Amino acid sequence: MRKKYRILLAKPGLDGHDRGIKVVAAALRDAGFEVIYTGLRQTAEMIVEAAIQEDVDAIGMSILSGAHMTLFPAVLDLLKKRKCEHILVFGGGIIPDEDISKLEKKGVGKLFTPGATTGEIIEYLKKALKEGRKEEAVF
Amino acid sequence: MSLLDRFLQKDEVALSRLISYVENQAPDYRKILSSLYSRTGKAYRVGITGPPGAGKSTLVDKLSCDLIQNGNEVGIIAVDPSSPFTGGALLGDRIRMQDLTTKKGIFIRSMATRGSLGGLAFATKEVSLLLDAFGKDFILIETVGVGQIELDIVDACDTTLVVFVPESGDSIQAMKAGLMEIADIFVVNKADREGANRIVSELDMILDVRRKKGEWNYPIVSTEAVNNKGIDDLLKKIKEHRKYITENHLLEKHRKEQIKSELKKIMELKLKELLEKNLSDANLDQLAEKVYSGQEDPYSAGEKILENLNL
Repeated sequence: MRKKYRILLAKPGLDGHDRGIKVVAAALRDAGFEVIYTGLRQTAEMIVEAAIQEDVDAIGMSILSGAHMTLFPAVLDLLKKRKCEHILVFGGGIIPDEDISKLEKKGVGKLFTPGATTGEIIEYLKKALKEGRKEEAVF
Repeated sequence: MSLLDRFLQKDEVALSRLISYVENQAPDYRKILSSLYSRTGKAYRVGITGPPGAGKSTLVDKLSCDLIQNGNEVGIIAVDPSSPFTGGALLGDRIRMQDLTTKKGIFIRSMATRGSLGGLAFATKEVSLLLDAFGKDFILIETVGVGQIELDIVDACDTTLVVFVPESGDSIQAMKAGLMEIADIFVVNKADREGANRIVSELDMILDVRRKKGEWNYPIVSTEAVNNKGIDDLLKKIKEHRKYITENHLLEKHRKEQIKSELKKIMELKLKELLEKNLSDANLDQLAEKVYSGQEDPYSAGEKILENLNL
C-alpha cells in the first residue's frame, strides 16, 4: 500500500484573499500530504464534486468574508446527499467563537482562527485522519 | 452493493474510490483491473505534454468543453510532481478547470508522481483503464511540466500533443531529440505573444525533414487557450490523426506495443514484490557480512538468492 492523505483546499464564496490558504497548502505539502488546490470563488457544488472526483480524506475551506454560516453547512449538506459523510470538513478564517461552536455542532471539524500555526493544523489532521475510513467491499 | 457493482452503474463515488485502490496498490488492485479489463479499449486517449507554464491545463479545459458539447464523455488525468524530499504534493491543475468540475460527463482526477520520473504518475495508465471501463469516450492525460526526456506519455496515449509557447523558441534546437520526437501534433500556445510566428516557422523547418509524402504531416496548430482561440482547429487535427492512424493500422500496432510494455511492467512489479518478500533484512545483513569479509563476491551471492527463489 502506498496510501497518502489527500486534502482538498478551497476558497468558497467571493472573497479573494488567498494568502492564508496558500500558506496552509505549502505547509501540508511539506508535511507529506497530497494537496489539491482548486482556487478562488468556488461554489459548494464545485467543492463537493471535486472532493468526490479526487477521493480526498478532508476538505479545508478558508473563509474571510463572513459567509461561513452559509458555506460550511452547504458543503456538509451536499456531502450528505452524495453519501460522502466520511470526508472531514475543516477550515479557517475570521470566525467568531460562538459561530465556531454552532458549526462544530453541525458536524464541521476544527476551525482555525488568526494566530493558529501551520504545525497545529498538521497535527490536527494527522490525528483526525489516523483512524482511516471504513473500507467498502470491492467485489 | 459492492464498489464494483456501483462502478458498473456509473456511480462516480465508486469510480473515484477504485482509482484510489489502484493508485495506492491496495491488496486487491490487480483483481480490480483484471475484472474490468474486458470493458476497456473503447476510449481514445490524448496526451498533452510540454514545459511548465505552457498552458497545458487550460488547453485540456477548453478541449474538454468542446468534446462534451459534442456529446462525448471525458475523463481527465492531470499529473503534478511529488516532492522527492517529503513525498507531499501540491496538485493545482484543477485551478484552470474550474468550470468543468460540475459539468455532466466530466471526471477529473489529479495525480502526484509519487517517485515516478517519466512525466506521469506510476499508476496513470491503470487509472486511465478505469476511466475507459467507466465509459469515457475520450481520456485526456496531462503530464507534469517536462523538459526533454520525460516521455512516458507516449506509452499511455494514442495521440500526443506537445505544447510550446513563443518563449520556447531558442530551446527548440536543444529539444530536437526527445520531446520533439514524440509529438503527433505541435501546439504553439499563447500565440498572441511576440515571437509566435517565428517559433512556428522554426518548427516547420525542423519538421520538413521528417515529413514524408502520403504520411502523417505533423501539423502545427497555433492557439490562445485562455481566449478559446484555435481550439476547434486543434480538435480537428486530433480527429484527423485518429482517422489516419486507425486507417493505416498504426493505432493497432501502437496499442500492441503498449500492451507489451504493460506486461513487462506487471511482471517486473510482481518479481520485485516476490524478492522483497523472500529477502529479509537479516538475510541481507548476513550476505553483506560475507561479501565484506571476502568470503563471497556480490555477483555470485546475488545469483544464489535468485536460484533459491525457485521462479
